[in-house]
Amino acid sequence: MAGSALLSKLLFGRLTWAAFPIHEPILVVTFIVVATGGAAVLGVITRYRLWGYLWREWFTSVDHKRIGVMYVALGVVMLLRGFADALMMRAQQAVAFGPSQGYLPAHHYDQIFTAHGVIMIFFVAMPLVVGLMNFVMPLQIGARDVAFPYLNNFSFWMTVGGAALVMISLFVGDFARTGWLAYPPLSGIQYSSDSGVDYYIWALQVAGVGTLLSGVNMVATILKMRAPGMGMMKMPVFTWTALCTNVLIVASFPVLTVVLALLCLDRYVGTHFFTNALGGNPMMYVNLIWIWGHPEVYILILPAFGVFSEVTATFSGKRLFGYSSMVYATVCITVLAYLVWLHHFFTMGSGASVNAFFGITTMIISIPTGAKMFNWLFTLYRGRIRFELPTLWTIAFMLTFVIGGMSGVLLAVPPADFVLHNSLFLVAHFHNVIIGGVLFGMFAGINYWFPKAFGFRLDPFWGKVSFWFWVSGFYVAFMPLYVLGLMGVTRRLHHFDDPSLQIWFVIAAFGAVLILIGIAAFLVQIYVSIRERGRLEDASGDPWDGRTLEWATSSPPPAYNFAFTPVVHDRDAWWDMKRCGYRRPLEGFRPIHMPHNTGTGVILAALSTVLGFAMIWYIWWLAAACFVGLLAVAIGHSFNYERSFHLAAEDVARTERARTRPIAAEG
Amino acid sequence: MKLLRAIAPLPILAALCACHAVVLSPAGDIAARQRNLLVEASLLMLIVIIPVMALTVLFAWRYRQSNSAARYEPDWEHSMPIELIVWAAPLLIIICLGALTWVGTHLLDPYRPLDRTGPGLEAQYPGKPLQVDVVALDWKWLFIYPQYGIATVNELAAPVGRPIDFHITASSVMNSFYIPALAGQIYAMPGMETPLHAVANRAGRYEGISANYSGAGFSGMHFAFLAMMPGEFNGWLAAVRAGGGALSRDRYRALARPSENVPVQQYAAVDPGLYRSILELCVEPGRSCRSGMIAAAQPYEPRAGN
Repeated sequence: MAGSALLSKLLFGRLTWAAFPIHEPILVVTFIVVATGGAAVLGVITRYRLWGYLWREWFTSVDHKRIGVMYVALGVVMLLRGFADALMMRAQQAVAFGPSQGYLPAHHYDQIFTAHGVIMIFFVAMPLVVGLMNFVMPLQIGARDVAFPYLNNFSFWMTVGGAALVMISLFVGDFARTGWLAYPPLSGIQYSSDSGVDYYIWALQVAGVGTLLSGVNMVATILKMRAPGMGMMKMPVFTWTALCTNVLIVASFPVLTVVLALLCLDRYVGTHFFTNALGGNPMMYVNLIWIWGHPEVYILILPAFGVFSEVTATFSGKRLFGYSSMVYATVCITVLAYLVWLHHFFTMGSGASVNAFFGITTMIISIPTGAKMFNWLFTLYRGRIRFELPTLWTIAFMLTFVIGGMSGVLLAVPPADFVLHNSLFLVAHFHNVIIGGVLFGMFAGINYWFPKAFGFRLDPFWGKVSFWFWVSGFYVAFMPLYVLGLMGVTRRLHHFDDPSLQIWFVIAAFGAVLILIGIAAFLVQIYVSIRERGRLEDASGDPWDGRTLEWATSSPPPAYNFAFTPVVHDRDAWWDMKRCGYRRPLEGFRPIHMPHNTGTGVILAALSTVLGFAMIWYIWWLAAACFVGLLAVAIGHSFNYERSFHLAAEDVARTERARTRPIAAEG
Repeated sequence: MKLLRAIAPLPILAALCACHAVVLSPAGDIAARQRNLLVEASLLMLIVIIPVMALTVLFAWRYRQSNSAARYEPDWEHSMPIELIVWAAPLLIIICLGALTWVGTHLLDPYRPLDRTGPGLEAQYPGKPLQVDVVALDWKWLFIYPQYGIATVNELAAPVGRPIDFHITASSVMNSFYIPALAGQIYAMPGMETPLHAVANRAGRYEGISANYSGAGFSGMHFAFLAMMPGEFNGWLAAVRAGGGALSRDRYRALARPSENVPVQQYAAVDPGLYRSILELCVEPGRSCRSGMIAAAQPYEPRAGN
């Protein structure tokens, strides 16, 4: 008996049958749904013999456009999981009053709000933002791909690996019950001894490597690969925001990596960085994690600002108002993003001068943000505004985001923060800016660039259904939380005593149902658009009368993006080309140097994910094997000299002809 | 429709009067001044917010594609006067708000002893402030009254009009000590002490909570704050003393073990060094206190589950 226990410990670490939640009906049902859904998807792929196609054309692709599309797909899939968590929380808080304890025990509820935060930030917002940047930015600067295409593929799969670890925690063991930033001492081994926090650490470490490398990649791409003539002050604003965001990523994600590594050491080898013993201090964790965490929110919002800049200019049929001022505002925000982290914990007892300093730096950020808002406003002014879906999302953003901005500045006043910190007012505030800013921006961007990615538009009817449900759902779900915050209700509660609060939570839950319809309508929109792609087809490559270079090439663009690298003379490069009577070149094509696809990224990310899993469950032999495997594969790949090939001039000519014909037929 | 959504929050704010938004109508001077700052800051910002929302709706409507009467200037992209206004207007407001913030943050700093005990009561309080040592436990609140040698769990009483000096710490993880009706919150952290100065101005029974998630029993971690007239408070003290029971270190160790939805408890006596030991993490026998353990490193002990 003792021998078999020892063997089991040696083979499986602390992973035992008890880790599988077969006694929790909610999880069993979830598992059955996920398993059937997954089996159905796998079945369809097998039935239509798509495995080879997917592997060759997508999974191993180093094409920035395909990687961008896969990032967005990952973000949408994880949105479903994150939103399911949100619905469960709203339902629990709507019923758990007085004698009723609701349907979720604290043990489960606390995992859900932690997972909701982690998933929405790291595996929904980040993939959507990184995906859009990946797809759009190289096209906007007239590049053939990003600077390091293989690294790009690897980064994507590391993000998938992190998401996979979070998903596994649903069915094997528990996820963290600490809140999404896992403050010690609660996240230390003494108070969270199970696998939950380890899932958190390893999921974020694996995904963090991907995010950081992707940041390096994109900064290099923007700095070194712009088309001739595109000086820094001729870059489209979306590219500017992408640059600033990636600078933020490169400078802040290492902090996250280090702080999680220190927490990991505390948990695994008994160091005391963040415990209360032997000179450790949990406040150091709180400082470090917010030194990453505050720039992180600008990492998310800046690309959304970029989308709105493109959309307002394009759909007003007008140059962007105050380009230089937009750029300076973006750079100001980038720098200031590092000077405000302490406003997340005014209430931890810093002195008045420190609090006031960080409060005022926070308010200062609203100046460039306000300037940006006015610039969008004056871009609309004297324009010819077409109310397509991207415009709708943008106008909803402008009306919604100012409310979130205002509540944000309120929270930046330290004495006001003392009464609102951690309250539902705060929860309403950050959902107001993340949904009303980032998410609306991503929907604007997806509707705007979808025809570029696939050659047909998204269906406007279902898009509008989704839009109205999302926007009204947002207001119904979160305005009650502002009210509750002013009633002194704090967040992360799973039960309430005061029955007079219930009505507000019921309204909020109803809002969540409206958002659910909005999400469903978005999925229907994609389905209908694919089914009716003939009706929605765009052969021109420029369905919105665009202004920037991505609209100069075909939809979807060929693997090499541009047969000839464009030369830029104006900020609105494509607008300028159209005005000067640009004609597509029909001959004189040359061979194009292209990178080979490679499966190494997938393999490395898979090994990293298994390594993470092994570390979470203390399966040391497997962790060691994966680590050695990682080194071996990475070194092995460096001996691969067959990295690139030349696409023959005839192939380029054939692709370009196939694309020129429908345009000629149209025009 | 857009306009409707833009003004949707207003009726909700109006409805606030109907429910009791304690943050907006508190019973303590500090919380009331914090509320005032909140309102002033909101009004200041509305100077920009309202025009922006109105202009958004106006421009979006006026310059719609179907309105061919509106001017269309596709190449208009710069205007110095507009740029000046859009940078200067937020700047001016932030200067005002920044000044308000600097002054307010210093005046309402939890470390700062009270400069008044209520609106118009600027004079120094004649007696001594009430001292309360607060310990956040898993998952209940312990209040020690060093001046009276008593302690309570999940019930805090204080006389109206008398300043209260809180000294706050925690036994295990982080919590946040918050009585919305009395004053803003401050974190309760193990091995560290945070102060709070406050005063109650209206008698009544108010809710106190932990405002920072601290684990499974977090939702039940609230307490009653009883603001009493001074005579009533003396009666309460006498009742606690008469109740008997002493909070020794052993009793404290039992109390500190995780428990949920703990009912009110009262102790007529309390170990005088207890709070100091909790703060220095040395209640457990054999643990040396922090102030005396600079060089005394302990070997790491692997814990259960390792």
